[in-house]
Amino acid sequence: MSAVRLSGVSKAFGRAEVVRDVDLDIADGELVVFVGPSGCGKSTLLRLIAGLEAITRGDLFIGGTRANDLPPAKRGIAMVFQSYALYPHMTVFENIAFGLNLRRAERHEIEERVRAVAAILELSELLDRLPKALSGGQRQRVAIGRAIVREPGVFLFDEPLSNLDAALRTQMRGEIAALHQRLRATMIYVTHDQVEAMTLADRIVVLNAGRVEQVGAPLELYARPANRFVAGFIGAPAMNFLPLAALSDDLPAAWTARAGGEAVILGIRPEHLVVAGTGPLAGTVARVESLGDSHLMHVGLEGGPSVILRGQGAPSVAPGTALRLDADEAHLHFFRADDSAIMTPAI
Amino acid sequence: MRARILFYGAVALIVLFAGFPFYYAVVSSLKSGSSLFEVSYLPGFDLSNYRSIFLEQPFGRNILNSVIVAFAVVVLSLGLGVLAAYALARVSFRGRGLLLATILSVSMFPQVAVLTGMFEMIRALGLYNSLPGLILANMVLTLPFTVWVLTTFMAELPRELEEAAFVDGATPFQVVRLVFLPLMGPALAATGLLAFIVAWNEFLFALTFTLTNDMRTVPVAIALITGATQYELPWGNIMAASVIVTVPLILLVFLFQRRIVAGLTAGAVKG
Repeated sequence: MSAVRLSGVSKAFGRAEVVRDVDLDIADGELVVFVGPSGCGKSTLLRLIAGLEAITRGDLFIGGTRANDLPPAKRGIAMVFQSYALYPHMTVFENIAFGLNLRRAERHEIEERVRAVAAILELSELLDRLPKALSGGQRQRVAIGRAIVREPGVFLFDEPLSNLDAALRTQMRGEIAALHQRLRATMIYVTHDQVEAMTLADRIVVLNAGRVEQVGAPLELYARPANRFVAGFIGAPAMNFLPLAALSDDLPAAWTARAGGEAVILGIRPEHLVVAGTGPLAGTVARVESLGDSHLMHVGLEGGPSVILRGQGAPSVAPGTALRLDADEAHLHFFRADDSAIMTPAI
Repeated sequence: MRARILFYGAVALIVLFAGFPFYYAVVSSLKSGSSLFEVSYLPGFDLSNYRSIFLEQPFGRNILNSVIVAFAVVVLSLGLGVLAAYALARVSFRGRGLLLATILSVSMFPQVAVLTGMFEMIRALGLYNSLPGLILANMVLTLPFTVWVLTTFMAELPRELEEAAFVDGATPFQVVRLVFLPLMGPALAATGLLAFIVAWNEFLFALTFTLTNDMRTVPVAIALITGATQYELPWGNIMAASVIVTVPLILLVFLFQRRIVAGLTAGAVKG
């Protein structure tokens, strides 16, 4: 088990800097999720920690030792790849045992450890099969088994579930969470799926264009995003952003008090908007999408901008209806011209 | 029905065209004396030609030379080819494209053009009239295409496999040996066989770089088979020798046929 510390870590490919000055402290036994849009550098950051790419600037510490110049195998890490990367010509047993064989472990010890891991992952019946005879979920478990058997201090997952179908993904997500409970090892998990991030993480690291935008517990990021990017990235459908200039001047006093003088943009999550006869936002329903348990209402506001409202149950209004919207001021977000959020003291 | 007849007619024609010369060689090799010069399409059962090629010259020794040279060329070409392919396909370094183009351009020179230079080199290395000299010379012919085919094949193997092996603690050499080589069976079989055929049939280098009959390979030995007088060409012996050296090639091709096709089309479609 080991903590991971990144200090001013940067990575450049030629002139393009894909990871910039990342400072991060990951505690022993923590499950941290890197999340961000495609090309934000989250996978590169993981590969820097794994040792598959060289760090251009900055320092990486794993378990207290500087790991910048250590080869992957000496870093005490194990990695699960998106494509599983199972060795196609080896059986499940050989796949899991590969790393131990390279370290010239005793034969009975290898046998023992592989069987123990297979039992945890319910692979005992499949040890003699080749990867091509396994289903996607089973392959994923073999890949995880290959990581576990080496008893690393840090597990690295690179979008491990993105090749699975939706149902299997939910199941494997549960298995990874259970594995973390059981092993209590440090885990770093990369995904572009914010549901995975929200459900798995002790802490989420939101990355954008190679920079860390915000680090925090899932609910903290949801409730108190530090800037517009995080606010828009966490939560689905995304937060509505309304330029204050486009709204009517007669906003409720409670709202303007929250905004303060610097606010330029108002952010409201779809699930926090409600239809109310006396609400401050007037508009017309443009489109309604029914999701069964809930519905999404696209409302064109007076003054131009349009918003999405998420309501429970079946929709009660038809497109074309004029209505007014309201929201609890505690759930409002205000942003300055530079996109940073105006933070309110924690409630 | 008519299309079918036409199809099989065409197949028969191609088989006849490709197979008849070899068949006639077999027929001729089983005749002796003046009957060689009578046209007949049925084989006789006179094995005297087969006997005499082994008695009148060191043909057994020649076959052994060919086997040694061909196998050594295959093993060395594949070994060097795999290592070169790993570097060219997996390690990014400056001038990689130029290097690949240079390797390819080596195979564009006609053999005659490099012959004198090769001769000087072989002499300088003290390999004249020896099997290692022939092996070295043949590698000039086989290495360019083995390196190219293996490089292309290796570039198609997923990068994550290699990275997984690195994380598992493998050295680059172990990655090649334990992960890549087993996956490259078809490519190795195809390129290995092609290299074998090239080395087995090679004539010009073998003729130029050997002096004594004991060091000659089969193609040269066959060409230099002489009759009792300089005015006689012993066709029976030549045909018998040709049949003997063609058979192993045919057997090898049959044996590896499936793998060759798999190897040559590898990477054409995503697996």
